[in-house]
Amino acid sequence: MRYEGPRSPRRGHPDTATDALARGLGWFSIGLGLVELLAPKALARGLGMRGQEGLVQAYGAREVATGIGILTSDDPTPWIWGRVAGDALDLATLAAAYEGNPKKDNLLLAAAAVAGVTALDAVCADRLMRSTAVPLPPIGNYRARTGYPKGIRVSRGVAKNVEGSRGMMTPDALKPWAA
Amino acid sequence: MRALVWHGAQDIRCDTVPDPEIEQDRDVIIKVTACAICGSDLHLYDHFMPGMEKGDIMGHETMGEVVEVGKGINGALKKGDRIVVPFTIICGECDQCKRGFFSVCERSNRNKAMASKVFGSTTAGLFGYTHLTGGYPGGQAEYLRVPYADATHIKVPDSLTDEQVLFLSDIFPTGWQAAVQCDIEPTDTVAIWGAGPVGQMAIRSAILLGAKHVICIDNVPERLEMARAGGASTINFSDESVIERLNQMTSGKGPEKCIDSVGMEAHATATIDSMVDRAKQAVMLESDRPHVLREMAYVCRSAGTLSIPGVYGGLIDKFPMGMVMNKGLTIRTGQTHVNRWTGDLVRRIEEGQIDPSFVITHRVGLEDGPEMYKTFRDKKDGCIKVVIKP
Repeated sequence: MRYEGPRSPRRGHPDTATDALARGLGWFSIGLGLVELLAPKALARGLGMRGQEGLVQAYGAREVATGIGILTSDDPTPWIWGRVAGDALDLATLAAAYEGNPKKDNLLLAAAAVAGVTALDAVCADRLMRSTAVPLPPIGNYRARTGYPKGIRVSRGVAKNVEGSRGMMTPDALKPWAA
Repeated sequence: MRALVWHGAQDIRCDTVPDPEIEQDRDVIIKVTACAICGSDLHLYDHFMPGMEKGDIMGHETMGEVVEVGKGINGALKKGDRIVVPFTIICGECDQCKRGFFSVCERSNRNKAMASKVFGSTTAGLFGYTHLTGGYPGGQAEYLRVPYADATHIKVPDSLTDEQVLFLSDIFPTGWQAAVQCDIEPTDTVAIWGAGPVGQMAIRSAILLGAKHVICIDNVPERLEMARAGGASTINFSDESVIERLNQMTSGKGPEKCIDSVGMEAHATATIDSMVDRAKQAVMLESDRPHVLREMAYVCRSAGTLSIPGVYGGLIDKFPMGMVMNKGLTIRTGQTHVNRWTGDLVRRIEEGQIDPSFVITHRVGLEDGPEMYKTFRDKKDGCIKVVIKP
């Protein structure tokens, strides 16, 4: 069972664990993106990619945008696939920087971490896409739940002369004149 | 006895705990016949309210039968009496109780020094609602000790069922007070944010009090359907702009009276400002998410009233106080002075003006309580109000 749109009477995804994982990846995306945006020099230096600070910041902006998309959308599935595509771009960038890199160990470590997150993103996106045989339970039909045993016409305004409560009501002197 | 016990964030268990005993002369013990999960319990479930400790018993909407009576009750209650227990513990003797401001009883909070540090002054003691409000064990249990029981009770007639009177403990008088303190005029439009249990009661209360038009704002379809059943027009904030729609419905003037039945956990991803609030909350720069308060201040008609029954626990940010001042808005809020209203409300239930049991969607045993917290929090399975029968 996939996510349904915002106008649907049903909400969420029946696989709540995967839904929670998706939202967690959204926060992770924002966190990583902020680090890339705010500390590009340190990251580029650590990866032996001096001079690539602008690229690091651009990738950071991409991460933040993806994270916001995941957290604000009713159905984060396309945004999680967007993360998978972004991960592939990260891996390609790291691979291109390998030859002649003075910090190959750091680069390999980063590539391994990205590969791990890529796998997690792909599993999450795949599970979100899957159908399930378990249907969502029917939502209640509350059209008859008025709360007025004698009908709303009888109850409407029946308490309009309720005893005022000193100290909690608008003082007479401040009430609207035309009321 | 069995009870629903708080063990940490999103961790409530049905445990076996010692039975309560008479500790003070004015105590009684009741055998709980029905209790409910309140929306404000979810603030504890999600651990947004400080002051909970592992082992605390949850619950503040409870009723039952008196099974043991302390020496100082002096005939106010006897074994076998059927009572609803207000969520506010009241001494009935202090200056605030005598003035009818029961929720700020000056004596019943046994941790008043702690409460004063956080709130500037003490609240009444509350059942099952953190050590800031006294650390009293709550009523989602088989038995409950009721302190100051000669004052802290609502006797109910046998002609009414448990489900008809249980909500006198909190949500019905809370919705009622929210509407009463709006001082509703027959020409008023009342906008109510949140179609949860308190919002539903506020809708019916506003109708009883004679509002011209009631509008309810939420995004949960079945809750909006129940709001419409109660006579409200509805706005789904996922589908349309609340501000634009409210202005359309009021000829551009805004509703005269606005009620916040949402409180500190406003929807976290619906708008930019609530997302910023969520981020600040995560790094402890802000404790509550005041999106609804901002929206009410913005859209309320000048010289109108903001009534706030929704629970707030600490600090909010970016609240447009200049708007409130220059529009001449009145803000009324506070925990509910339950016993101030319940005599009148029992009569209204007996007369058939209202039957609060309309809001119940789930009935379970105590052992299913932990799962129902999750269902209620996630608004799954059409859940609006859970009643537990131990």
